Amino acid sequence: MLCAPGCLFCSAKIEEHIVQVMSTVKAGTSRRSKVKDMSAEVVDSNPYSRLMALQRMGIVENYEKIRDFSVSIVVSKGVQSAITDILTKGGRSRLHIWDVDTGLLGNVSHHFFHREQVGMTKTDAAVQTLSDINPDVILESYSLNITTVKGFEVFMESLRRRNSKNDGNGRNTGVDLVLSCVDNYEARMVVNQACNELNQTWIESGVSEDAVSGHIQLLIPGERACFACAPPLVEAELALRGLRHYVFGVVASGVDERTLKREGVCAASLPTTMGVIAGLLVQNALKFLLKFGEVSPYLGYNSLKDYFPTMEMKPNPQCVNSACLERQKEYLLEKPARDALAKAKIEAEASPKNEIPLHTDNEWHISVLDDSDISALLSDELPKGLTRELPCADEHQEAAMLGDTSVLADDTDLEELQRQLDALNAS
Amino acid sequence: MEEWDSSTKSALTQIPLLSIRAGPRDGAAWTQRLKEEYRALIAYTTMNKSNDNDWFRISAANPDGTRWTGSCWYVHNLRRYDFLLQFDIPVTYPATSPEIELPQLDGKTHKMYRGGKICLTVHFKPLWAKNSPRFGIAHALCLGLAPWLAAEVPILVDSGMVKHKDEEAPSAESCA
Ligand SMILES: [Zn+2]
Repeated sequence: MLCAPGCLFCSAKIEEHIVQVMSTVKAGTSRRSKVKDMSAEVVDSNPYSRLMALQRMGIVENYEKIRDFSVSIVVSKGVQSAITDILTKGGRSRLHIWDVDTGLLGNVSHHFFHREQVGMTKTDAAVQTLSDINPDVILESYSLNITTVKGFEVFMESLRRRNSKNDGNGRNTGVDLVLSCVDNYEARMVVNQACNELNQTWIESGVSEDAVSGHIQLLIPGERACFACAPPLVEAELALRGLRHYVFGVVASGVDERTLKREGVCAASLPTTMGVIAGLLVQNALKFLLKFGEVSPYLGYNSLKDYFPTMEMKPNPQCVNSACLERQKEYLLEKPARDALAKAKIEAEASPKNEIPLHTDNEWHISVLDDSDISALLSDELPKGLTRELPCADEHQEAAMLGDTSVLADDTDLEELQRQLDALNAS
Repeated sequence: MEEWDSSTKSALTQIPLLSIRAGPRDGAAWTQRLKEEYRALIAYTTMNKSNDNDWFRISAANPDGTRWTGSCWYVHNLRRYDFLLQFDIPVTYPATSPEIELPQLDGKTHKMYRGGKICLTVHFKPLWAKNSPRFGIAHALCLGLAPWLAAEVPILVDSGMVKHKDEEAPSAESCA
């Protein structure tokens, strides 16, 4: 028996747990059987024919590679259902789903829950539902708070664990990509910490607390700004009104938010905004994994203005996250090899192919920044209508620097201090 | 700072600042940070008592000092309302603040995230970020929890969501 549904401290029992969840799938639902090879044949019985058509059209080189990838999704709410649903239909091979809370009745409307699943953890319910949608996907579910020391260790362990397909690939982890769909700054900082330490590329996503805008961001440790490198962005007017993004969230200026208030509630929720962000996130995850198109370093979405700003963020050499600084150092050391590779690639591509012109029009109102815009951003100027949501830390004299023993020489007994506080507490 | 009332501000300025940037995964440096946390909590508690404004009890619930439990109270209409108080020190501490929980009030107010985490004012996180790593647990209680209790307890009591312990049906006796 498990101590609680999804209790991760019984990590040895995870597999048993998965089996248990899978076996609770309702009898009588028509479930298709597993598909061994992804065939391109267009017949009703082949669920992958339309996906494989991407290959025939020359958009994707090898869609079947999707089955070799392993993706870890960290969710707290909201975007989860849309994301895992799309990923599952896309035929992914291994999916970790991380979550922090047990499904409550209030979640039924916008998550995977079917009524009979109330009381299961959200991830277990997701695993059950998704197995129905696509039995080819191997799903693992986890439910615990990753911001705690213990939860973080389990999270790191799950990312490190390898499967046969991607073992020995020279990476630190057993996953190809981490997708973050959490709803708070603290959890994002934890995903950032883990990915910096493991040198794991991840895509961050978020919907603003007023539910009308959102963003996705590709984070490559050492190469791009990590989540701790720069304070999150927010639209200036919203910041003044107390509507927060705990994200690098972006919205256009000029929208009248006078009707938006934050009285009596923490956050709003709009399933369509979440659906759009989930779609953008998974689309870019597919592009990243299958190497087609370009993945924007940052893509914002303002639903009120249909505005999609993009921008690039270089890592901060003064980042407070020490793992980020280590990755930055490594990235610089690898520069000569990277340049040589890029040069060779350009030469190889010099032989002209039938190229499709880029951006013949701009009907989707996507704003793309050119090089001069990007260099402007690096001097800490932000696109119109954006401001930093949190200030940079003030200049601070680090006390705990290596070799500085002045503070570490504080040899007052910790227990003595505890006793003093206890005495105060008792009086 | 114009968002906080004058008593919060004056209390804040008297809590000792911390100096060590270390979280629960940082071994010996964390132990040093913990000492600073204790010093700040001792100073803050002493100050509250001498100002006749004692309002919380908190102590480490595990040897590593990564989980803290205790209680807090608020006086409304001359009656005292007590609540259990708990939080974990996040792995990214002190870059991110502890998320303070009042588990008994979970589900009773919208000014709360799931699990009974209080919904802090929009001014709290910017101030915390600006002052990292100088703010500690005592500052989080002073700037985060105290204003929350002052704003929400009166509403919870007046709407009947929270009852004074004298008004709650004495469960065992009433069944007899
Ligand atoms: Zn960084």
